[in-house]
Amino acid sequence: MDEVHDPAEATQNTAPQPAGAVKIACRNVWKVYGPKPEGYFPDGSGRTDDPGALIQRLRNDGCIPAAADVSFEVRAGEIFVIMGLSGSGKSTIVRCLSRLVEPTAGEILLDGVDLLKMDAKALTDVRRHKMGMVFQNFGLMPHLTVLENVAFPLRVQGVDESARRKKALEMIALVGLEGREQAFPRQLSGGQQQRVGIARSLCVDPELWFLDEPFSALDPLIRRQMQDEFVRLQTMLHKTIVFITHDFLEALKIADRIAIMKDGRVVQIGSPSEIVLNPATEYVREFTEDVPMVRVITVAEVMERGDATPGSDGGSDGGSDGGPTVAPDMTLEAILPHFATADAPLRVVDADGRRVGRVTPQGVLKALAEHGERLEEA
Amino acid sequence: MTTAVDDDALAPAVAGRIDPVLGVWLAVVGFGLVCVLLRETAPWIAAFPDAWVLPVAAWTNAVMDVVVAHTDFLFRAVASALEWPMVALRDLLVWAPWPATIAVFAAVAHRAGGWKLALFTLVTLMYMVVVGYWEESMNTLALVGVSVPLSVAIGFAMGVLAFRSARAKRVVMPLLDLMQTVPAFAYLIPILLLFGFGPVVGLIASAIYAAPPMVRNTIVGLERVPPAVLESAAMNGCTKRQRFWWVEVPSALPQIMVGVNQTTMAALSMVIIAAIIGGFGDIGWEVLSTMRKAQFGQSLLSGVVIALMAMIMDRISAGFADRSRNADRTEDAPGAPFYRRRRHLLAAAAGFVLGVALGQVAPLFQDWPKALVVYPAEPLNQMVEYILVEWSAQIDAVKNAVLFFLMLPLRIGLEKAVSPFTFGFELTAPMIAGYWIAAALGAAALAWRGRVYGAIWLIVGAAVLYFGVSGLPWPAFMAAVVALAWTAGGLRTAGFALGALLFILLTGAWEPMTRSVYLCGLAVAICFALGGALGVWAAHNDRVSATLRPINDTLQTMPQFVILIPVLMLFQVGEFSALIAVVLYAIVPPIRYVEHGLRNVSPEAVEAARQMGCTPAQILFTVKLPLALPVIMLGLNQTIMYGLAMLVIAALVGTKGLGQQVFLALGKADMGMGLVAGLSIALVAMVADRILQAWSRRRSAALGLDAGDAA
Ligand SMILES: Nc1ncnc2c1ncn2[C@@H]1O[C@H](COP(=O)(O)OP(=O)(O)O)[C@@H](O)[C@H]1O
Ligand SMILES: [Mg+2]
Repeated sequence: MDEVHDPAEATQNTAPQPAGAVKIACRNVWKVYGPKPEGYFPDGSGRTDDPGALIQRLRNDGCIPAAADVSFEVRAGEIFVIMGLSGSGKSTIVRCLSRLVEPTAGEILLDGVDLLKMDAKALTDVRRHKMGMVFQNFGLMPHLTVLENVAFPLRVQGVDESARRKKALEMIALVGLEGREQAFPRQLSGGQQQRVGIARSLCVDPELWFLDEPFSALDPLIRRQMQDEFVRLQTMLHKTIVFITHDFLEALKIADRIAIMKDGRVVQIGSPSEIVLNPATEYVREFTEDVPMVRVITVAEVMERGDATPGSDGGSDGGSDGGPTVAPDMTLEAILPHFATADAPLRVVDADGRRVGRVTPQGVLKALAEHGERLEEA
Repeated sequence: MTTAVDDDALAPAVAGRIDPVLGVWLAVVGFGLVCVLLRETAPWIAAFPDAWVLPVAAWTNAVMDVVVAHTDFLFRAVASALEWPMVALRDLLVWAPWPATIAVFAAVAHRAGGWKLALFTLVTLMYMVVVGYWEESMNTLALVGVSVPLSVAIGFAMGVLAFRSARAKRVVMPLLDLMQTVPAFAYLIPILLLFGFGPVVGLIASAIYAAPPMVRNTIVGLERVPPAVLESAAMNGCTKRQRFWWVEVPSALPQIMVGVNQTTMAALSMVIIAAIIGGFGDIGWEVLSTMRKAQFGQSLLSGVVIALMAMIMDRISAGFADRSRNADRTEDAPGAPFYRRRRHLLAAAAGFVLGVALGQVAPLFQDWPKALVVYPAEPLNQMVEYILVEWSAQIDAVKNAVLFFLMLPLRIGLEKAVSPFTFGFELTAPMIAGYWIAAALGAAALAWRGRVYGAIWLIVGAAVLYFGVSGLPWPAFMAAVVALAWTAGGLRTAGFALGALLFILLTGAWEPMTRSVYLCGLAVAICFALGGALGVWAAHNDRVSATLRPINDTLQTMPQFVILIPVLMLFQVGEFSALIAVVLYAIVPPIRYVEHGLRNVSPEAVEAARQMGCTPAQILFTVKLPLALPVIMLGLNQTIMYGLAMLVIAALVGTKGLGQQVFLALGKADMGMGLVAGLSIALVAMVADRILQAWSRRRSAALGLDAGDAA
């Protein structure tokens, strides 16, 4: 194995935490495959001074650290994406969150309660009521119809026939599969099957929604369509989401925050633009290489702050400077057309309608040039 | 790679150092030579002395006597517990007027396979009625009707156990191998001793014999449930029981139904075999007793009943397996009205009631009148007679040619087989010298061209042909087999082969074993030559493939007894008939595996070869066959298993060897003798299996293929 770099400082950089309480958190979670891996973690906490050295020792002893010293927090209502190449431990870590895979060491806190200390019954309860999961290969029951598949989680709970039918039909409508209720999975296309998987995972109204590469098995066109639909669903549902993908562009498209994994470790956590603009390691930078900067850099990062004359003319479109306004979280790609018609600065107005700054064409060009340069020299 | 011997070890000696495989084989040849030279001075090398044989059979019988004396009340109790459902079922089937029974079967057949199958079932059952074998058929059906559910239940439980616990699996898997390779007749003896005479013996024997496919398919089905399905079940919060009954079993159901199909066929086949015990008036007994009396017309007519019965059972159970695979249940959907969802049940019930009513009204429907029975046994007998008289010269010519020029030399060697009576001349000293000089020159030429292994095979082959399989000194035979096992599968396989051969040697089964190996080996070689050619043809011609498929299916579903009938008719009792019977039964696997292997060769490889300008023959021999070889080897494995299984049945028509021993033991209810002979057959089968499997695995690994697909 190659040398294990130490990204300890890089992991928890100063990402702006979105609002909302912490819903689920991983603390120093390890999953080690091999003979008797618990022996390496005497107190079971997974905390160690030098994780790199421990990983090396595990590998030398013939163990596979599929997830190593993973820590992150997901806040309520957030879309948290875990991104990494295949084999980097993404599936392992998301399965640790529901204990489909039993972590070797560490803590999983769900609403502050340690999931790893729960007995089987409590865990079953949590899975039945709080969690939903979508799988890369759909995981549909081949012997059940679409309707029966979607209603399956409710059947397991002992919900009576008519109630679960009603709920399942609702979910089927939500994912746009009306009319296929009596079809069997093998009679559906991949995209349709994954819609069934999504409907099933939502049928119990989970607070937490895990998706393990849900669109990776689909054709590119269908994949894009499903991504759009996923974003649409989330604006309605406001779930707390852990979304796994190996596709960096997909991560950028849907994530509030992204964690990047390599060889079982998290190498960087941050918002999409943070990751693109300040990649922590060479590995991360390589992902960002082909990303068009205009899609990632937001107005907030290039605007000139201040300039605020609160109360004087905030709010309305037709302010004293005239011309259009933009929001801080818009990407440069979205505001560029404005400069095509006029090169006057654009006013930046936040969600409450207050004016928080302005963007000039020069500022935009400067930011693009800076990042372009940085990328070249790296 | 798991095998002990490395692939490059197969390359001949590398500069300076002799590679171990070659060394071993040279040693084997040298050892064989020593054995041959010493056999005059030390007769124990030529034939293992009787005095050295361990009385394993006698010990077994002594133990068994004690066991039976102390436990037979238990087994008798089980026997009577099993007897009453069977008798009840038989009474029901015999009591019910035939139209009632036929109606029920037709409804079941329709559910399994639609109108065509229903019609086939109807016509077939009518044949049984019209020929006058209705009652015998129903007796057989009663046996099968109890033994199949029993087998299915036992097999399912064992499969689940083995799936759940790795330790149980380690016990169950070798047990399955044993259950399937020990010949069916050998089972009958301990069962007879424990459970006493009676039809229940057939029932229990067939329940045991038929369980393994169910176990295997249950395990495979459960193991193949996709992990994502299991994970989603866990995420939905299934309890263990919910997961098992709602997720795992339904997902595995198509595979489990394949198991039910195979189990049904095996049960029927064993029920027929068990008819040899007699006393139940079933159709197997009818075939057997008429066959013994050389009443071929009668045995043909009753054999057809068995064949038809096998076909119906196969189609119906396969139909249900298909149904579970392609759940296409629009009319069975939960929303459909009751009378639509349960239409088959309703039709069967209505048909049954109607049939019973008809039986009350007209005696014709209760019992088919003797006057209306169509039983053309006599004309058939006369026809057979006629054919035999007309063609006797040709039949004898073929038979003698094969016997004298192929079978005899292979068995006792040219050394003894060549006589004025058979070959028309005596073997003289110059001829013998010439033979060996030719073999040595051929080997030298091969070795010179770098084909050292070719040379060794030539020498070994020449020795086998000269001394015969039975005439080979046993130490040399043993050394060659162990070396082969070592080359293919490393030390473990070699150890197994050595242990197996020692068992056979020490229990005194060596001589019959060599006879069985010779007959089976010859049959397998013929099967492979003929079947392989047919397989190649079928792989390249869809029409041939479509023609062969139903023939293969029929040969496979046919209980082995039935195959004996036409063979006996034409060639009478004897080793030649046994050979033909074995070939007929065991020719199916080579056809299937060769076709399957060739058809599944990667099209890119073939395309590349075509692009490079290979002729079709070149493509076949240089691309397709080498790539398909691992699969073909698995076919060879199957052929050997089939051959050995049929060999025991063929003992009925007169072979010498292990099959005959088992058969004799059954006649004397001699458990020890039956066990030794039966185990010996199983061991031969297992050694062949291990060697071929190991070899096939190595080849596939070397080619980066997965030969397991074909199995
Ligand atoms: N059951 C297992 N036994 C041994 N190694 C495993 C097992 N499951 C996963 N791994 C290893 O853990 C690593 C991470 O796997 P996974 O989490 O599936 O990666 P990803 O989902 O990112 O592709 C891989 O190297 C894989 O080989
Ligand atoms: Mg994965």
